[in-house]
This record gives sequence, C-alpha cells and structure tokens, in this order.
Amino acid sequence: MTGPALPVTVIGGYLGAGKTTLVNHLLRSSGLRLAVMVNEFGALPIDRDLIEAEDEALISISGGCVCCEYGDDMVSALMKITEMAPGLDHILLESSGVAIPGSIMASLLFLDGLRGDGVVVMADAAGIRETAANSYLTDTIQRQLDDADIVVLNKADLVAPEDLAATRTWLRDHVPGTRIVEAEHGKVSPQVLLGAIPLPRQGHKVTGHADALFQSRVLHPAEPVDAIVLARGLAEGDLGLVRAKGYVPKPGGGMSLIQVVGSRWTVEDAGDSHAPGIVCIGLKATFDPAQLERLGQLDPV
Amino acid sequence: MTITIYETRKTITMSPARPEATHVAVRDGRILGAGTLEELERWGDYTLDTTFADKVLMPGFVEGHAHSSAGSVWDGSYLGWFDRADPDGTVWAGLKDVDAVVARLTTFAEANPDEPLVIGWGLDPIYMDNVRVTRADLDRACADRPIVIMHASGHIMNMNTKGLKIAGLLKPGVNHPGIPLGSDGMPIGELRSPEVMGPAGAKVGFDRGKAIEGSTEGLRSYGRLCVRAGVTTATDLARSLTDESVTQALAITGEADFPICLVPFRIMLGMSPEDLVNFTAGIKKRSTERCDLGRIKVVADGSIQGFTARLLWPGYQNGAPNGLWYVAPEQMAEIFERALDAGVLVHTHTNGNEATQLAVETLEAALKKVPSRDHRFTLQHCQLATPAQFRKMARLGMCANLFSNHHFYWGDEHYALTVGPERAERMNACRTALDSGVAMAIHSDAPVTPLGPLFTAWAAVNRITASGRTLGEGEKISVDEALRAITLGAAYTLKMDHQIGSIEAGKRADFAVLEEDPYAVAPDALKDVQVWGTVQGGRVFAAAEI
Repeated sequence: MTGPALPVTVIGGYLGAGKTTLVNHLLRSSGLRLAVMVNEFGALPIDRDLIEAEDEALISISGGCVCCEYGDDMVSALMKITEMAPGLDHILLESSGVAIPGSIMASLLFLDGLRGDGVVVMADAAGIRETAANSYLTDTIQRQLDDADIVVLNKADLVAPEDLAATRTWLRDHVPGTRIVEAEHGKVSPQVLLGAIPLPRQGHKVTGHADALFQSRVLHPAEPVDAIVLARGLAEGDLGLVRAKGYVPKPGGGMSLIQVVGSRWTVEDAGDSHAPGIVCIGLKATFDPAQLERLGQLDPV
Repeated sequence: MTITIYETRKTITMSPARPEATHVAVRDGRILGAGTLEELERWGDYTLDTTFADKVLMPGFVEGHAHSSAGSVWDGSYLGWFDRADPDGTVWAGLKDVDAVVARLTTFAEANPDEPLVIGWGLDPIYMDNVRVTRADLDRACADRPIVIMHASGHIMNMNTKGLKIAGLLKPGVNHPGIPLGSDGMPIGELRSPEVMGPAGAKVGFDRGKAIEGSTEGLRSYGRLCVRAGVTTATDLARSLTDESVTQALAITGEADFPICLVPFRIMLGMSPEDLVNFTAGIKKRSTERCDLGRIKVVADGSIQGFTARLLWPGYQNGAPNGLWYVAPEQMAEIFERALDAGVLVHTHTNGNEATQLAVETLEAALKKVPSRDHRFTLQHCQLATPAQFRKMARLGMCANLFSNHHFYWGDEHYALTVGPERAERMNACRTALDSGVAMAIHSDAPVTPLGPLFTAWAAVNRITASGRTLGEGEKISVDEALRAITLGAAYTLKMDHQIGSIEAGKRADFAVLEEDPYAVAPDALKDVQVWGTVQGGRVFAAAEI
C-alpha cells in the first residue's frame, strides 16, 4: 500500500441515537469520497436522493461515495471495500446499536493501509439517560461512551433547555474529559468529525467554519518540535480542542503528521513537501486560543 | 405399497399407550403401527425384515442444537484431548501433550501438501495444565504454510510464525490484551477474543463462514455423523440462509441416500427484523421431508467460559466485566412480535441468566401484543437459568434446550473460575426445568461437543465432569426423562412432535437402531450403548456401511 493510511472513523451509539442521520449529513456536506460500512442493509441506511445505484453488495452514492454492509465479518469487508472503491478519502464504520466501538477499532490493527482515526459516539439527548437507566443496558451505554473520542449529543433541539442541561451534566459525570459536541439532526461539522481540514495536500479551499459552535486556529510552532510531545499536549491538555491536524517539521529534518481526535492522538512520518501548520478546532465554549498560543504562533484559518 | 414389518428384540416407542413392542410395520416411509407380528399382519401383505431381530429400536434421535459444521470441521486435523469419531467412524485418539499435537499436525500437513492453509481444531490445553501452545511448537509441524488452530472452546486461536507473519502480527510493539507476547516481545502465537481471531483468520485465508456455518459438502458428512449417533432429525443452528443456499441445501438433502431430516435455522444477522421474518416465513413453503425450513435463531449474548455471557448479579466470580449483547432489546422485541404474528418459530441463544431474563420479559410483552397459544419459543443453552426463570418460562409456554454436555467438558472450569460452585451446580438445570413444567430438550452443540444424544442423555443423568466431580446432584434426571428429551422433547421444541419423536401409527419411520436396551444398562453406562445405525423415512442406514 502506498500513500497515506486511509482513516477510519467508527460511529457508535445506541439504537435511534442518530448514527444514520449523521452518516447522511456527512455524505451531503463533507465533500470527501466516503465509504460507509453498515452492520446490515436492513432498513436502507442511505437517503434515497443520494443513491445512484444499488446492487446486493454495494450502494453507489453521489460524489463517488459508496455504502456496503459488513455483517459478522468486518475485516474482510474492509479489505474488500478498499479494492472495490479506490480513491477513498475516509471510511465511516457504523456499528450496531449494542456494539462496543473500541473492539471495532482494535480490529483495524490488522489492516495495513487503514488507520483508526477516532470513535464518534452518538448520544440521543432525548433518550440516553432513560436508555442508560435500563438495567439491561447501563453498562453497555457506559462502555460505548467510554470508548468515544467525541460524543455527539444529538437531537438537542428536541428537548427542553433544562433537560438538555441535565443530560449535558449527566454526560460529563459519565465521561469526564471527553469532548462533547451538541447537534441537531446529526449536523456536525465534517471538519470536526472527520478532520476534513483544508490542508494543502488535499487542495480544498480554505473556507473557515460556518458552524457557529466551533472556532479554529492554525498553530505554527516556532521551531522543530517533538511531534509526540506536541500531539499529546494538544490531545490530553485542557485546551478544549476537539480536532487537530497538520504537519510540523521534525528536529532532524522531514516532517510529522499529527492527528488529534478528542483525546486520541497519532503521529506519523511524512515527506518534506507539506506546508507546516496544525489546524486546531475547538468548541467555542471551551476553546481558549490564548492557551494554545503558548505553543507557537497562531493564525486565523 | 409394500409393507415391511421389522422384527426387533425390543422396540421402545415413547408412547404411553404402548411403551414397548416387538414389531414395527412401515409403509411409504411411515409407521403403520407398533405391536406384535400378529397385530400388524392385518395390514395386508408384508415382508418380514429380521435385520433388527437382535436390536433395540427407539424413535430416531432428534438433535435440537447442533451445526452442520460438525461435518466439515473434519476437513481439518482433530487435536482434542478426548477420543473422537469422525464421519467415517474412525476414532481419533485424544492428544495428551504438545508433542502429540505437533506430531498429528505434521502428518496432516504432509498428507495435504496442496492446501495453502493447515487447519486444526478442538485443541484444549486446559486439560494439559493450561500449557501454552506457541508458534515455535507449531513451526515444528509446518513452517512454510500458515497454521490456524481453533481451540475446543472456540475462544482461542493459535497460529504458527508463518500465519502471524501473513496476519501482519509478527512485529514488536503489538499492544492488545488478546495477543500475548513472548519474552522476545513478539506475539507468542495465541490469539484470544473474536475481535482478534476474526481479522487474523481472515488475513491468512481462514474461512470463518465455513468454520461456523459449515459448507454445502459438509452436509453429507454431517449426515454420516448423525447415522453413527442414531440421529434422524438434526438442526443446523444457524445459517445465513439465502434463496441460493436453500436451493443447495434442498438439492443435497434431496439426494436418495441423504440420511437425515435437516432443520436449518435462519440466523438473525444481516437482515432487518421485518426482512428476516418475511424471508423465513417465505422459505417455509419450500420445506421437504428432509429439509424442514422456516425457523429463526436469535443470539442474545456470548458464552460463559468466554466471559461474554450476560449474567445477573453477582456476575463473574473472577470480577470480569459483564458480557456482551449481540442483539438490542428493541430488536429482539421486534423479531419476536413479527415472528409470532407470522407464525414463525424463534429459538434464542441465551447463555447467561440476564440474557434469559431479557428473552423471557421480551416474550411476555410480545405475547400481550400478539397473543399466541402454541408458540414454543425456545431458549437455547439457557445454561444459568434460575428456578424463578424456569417457572416463568413454563407459564409463558416457553421451551428450554439445555446444554447438558457442557458441564462434562467445562463444568470444572465453571466451578473453579467463571461462576463458582453454587451456580456451576445449577447450570443446565434439567430437574428444575422439568419440575417447573418447562418442555425440555438437551443438546450437544456439535461440533463444540461431539454429536451423540446418548452421551448427551448420559451427561444429564449423571452430571459428571471430566475430572469426575458430580456437578449438581439435585439437577439429575432419570434415564427415561433423558431419553424422552432426546426424542419427543427435542421434536416438541421444533414443532415437529406430530411427525417425529415417538414410534406411533402415522409418524415418520425414523428409528435409532441400538445394540442394547438403554433402559437395561446401568445409568452411568448409557453413553456406552452402541448404535448400529438408523432408519430414516423408512430407509435403512447401517453405520458400518455409511
């Protein structure tokens, strides 16, 4: 496999939390070539108007995207999808409602050319507390949330403000430290969830963020840094970042690619031909650029 | 319209009106009656067949929970601790140390030089003081092709160095609880947990589908295993049936010498509840005398020894976190309701008692919405069910198919490690089930344990573990109750008790042909009663010639 590893985002969460809605939103808005892997076709997982063609194994979606089901053999399905649909930018792996997403990420260990990007767990603002109170499901919901790099608190518009506040508090108690993003109808910035960040390599036009929830900056460390120390600082510190991605020069020459999703981070070697700079995205409510400025020069996106 | 009257040493009918007979008359593959020759002669011209004159006939045994992969698994090399007979009747001696395992694998690999992958199965190091089989051990058997070995429990896989290399795991720095490392920092060759075994197996070309579901060709060897065990009706629990695979199954089971009635269940996976129920109801119409279709298997949780079964408080004795759900409660409810409405039978795998509780409560709610008088929804394994759960199951009309073989093989492990003495002793509580009024069957889950209803019955009667411990004196059942469970009991859970399960006028001419009377031998010798073969639908199958 040549070229950079293909990122895989696991989308978890209980039945009805809005996983499918999120997937369709990302298909419409990300501008990326996505492969959507669903546990089973069952009820059609893709909005009709997005479907270009359907056969037993694969649904073709506008924008060069595809959808397939993985049943009980996810690894084979993942190996196949990269052959069937070359040129993908990102894989979305929608887990079943009772699956533990961390187990799914663990499977990626075996797949050369794929990289676990992050776990996004959907939480239904109108239902998660009740679901978690069901004794059959309490530990399953907790384990799903534990595995999340980003929790999307979905359907925020369907509950009264005081209920939303209570659910927010409940979530913070159950997964302290995990980044929580609120959303309506699964509408979360693809830049935040998928790191569809306008890096020079991808040639996307830099458009800034339409989403009023977030703000972003580009960080330029003053001189070559230890990328691992920097990545860890971005992920595990209390900067309030949800997502960061970009290249930094290595002390001995060459560059490193840093990726941060919530508190998960990865660093990999990259060639020289990248523009340095790390795009950092945080929730307006928690992201304080002044804190980030201590790590280097900050530019607006 | 030829009539055959079989003369027997004794015929055990499982029919209260006439529990024993000397002769059985058969016409068109069905039973005309059981009685004396004089009584049966009045049906008209007949041929007296004395093949069974010194044999004992019972209703053909019904295996209510096994997998046709019990046949195809023999395409690999058997590496288990216990002696085991293959579909040809060859008994493979149990292997008592790693050298013996390596020796058998070496022979197997040399005998199959064109197989790209060397497959072994049934390894069980818990009987070898939990010795760890390493990739270096396996490299001695074969180093130039990958080796994949599945353990008897199904929860551990071993690979040789070549296999690990192909799986992409032969590297330092692998950090996963399911991949133990050796002193050199490299994986030792043992892989645990489905999320590791599945992907690693796929990378080396190990066909998990075949390993779990069996192959079409494997159906034939499954049939031969059944003949040797006296089984005339066997489930295949479960398959990802499609219209195409149903067509294949119908073709093979339709072959003139296919010796059993196969009962394949459609597994819940890969379909929405609505599609699942509609599909299963649809294929029911394609049923034949030898392939009885139209049932669903739901899997609620995992296994107790794999710590993936869902347990009620106080959970696992070693403090392991509770197990995993393989179906969401809402999905189970939707499948139950739709299936009740469509008249489709559902069997649900529940190992842990929390899974049992969920299935019971879900069915209770579904029955309020879709009242059904004779649904016979069955819990498969149902190993840890509590007395209260059995009472509730009885009131709801649920059946249980208990895994009585399990405590022979893993009872000591459960006693010592997973759930502790008290709950280990009430596992597969046949006595409580029957006393509570639950319609009950017992099963082998072959290939997990060997297909052999007389062994299964022996296990329920004696409750002896591999180490010789009696596990739960109070849950023993009588020989008669156990033999009923492997005939009419299992037939009832399949809604086939009007066709099979006893020797009575009008039923299918399905017999287990035994060398001895199982009622006459000592209860602890039940498993040693020899099977001559079977009669299925009036066709005679001698084990020695199959």
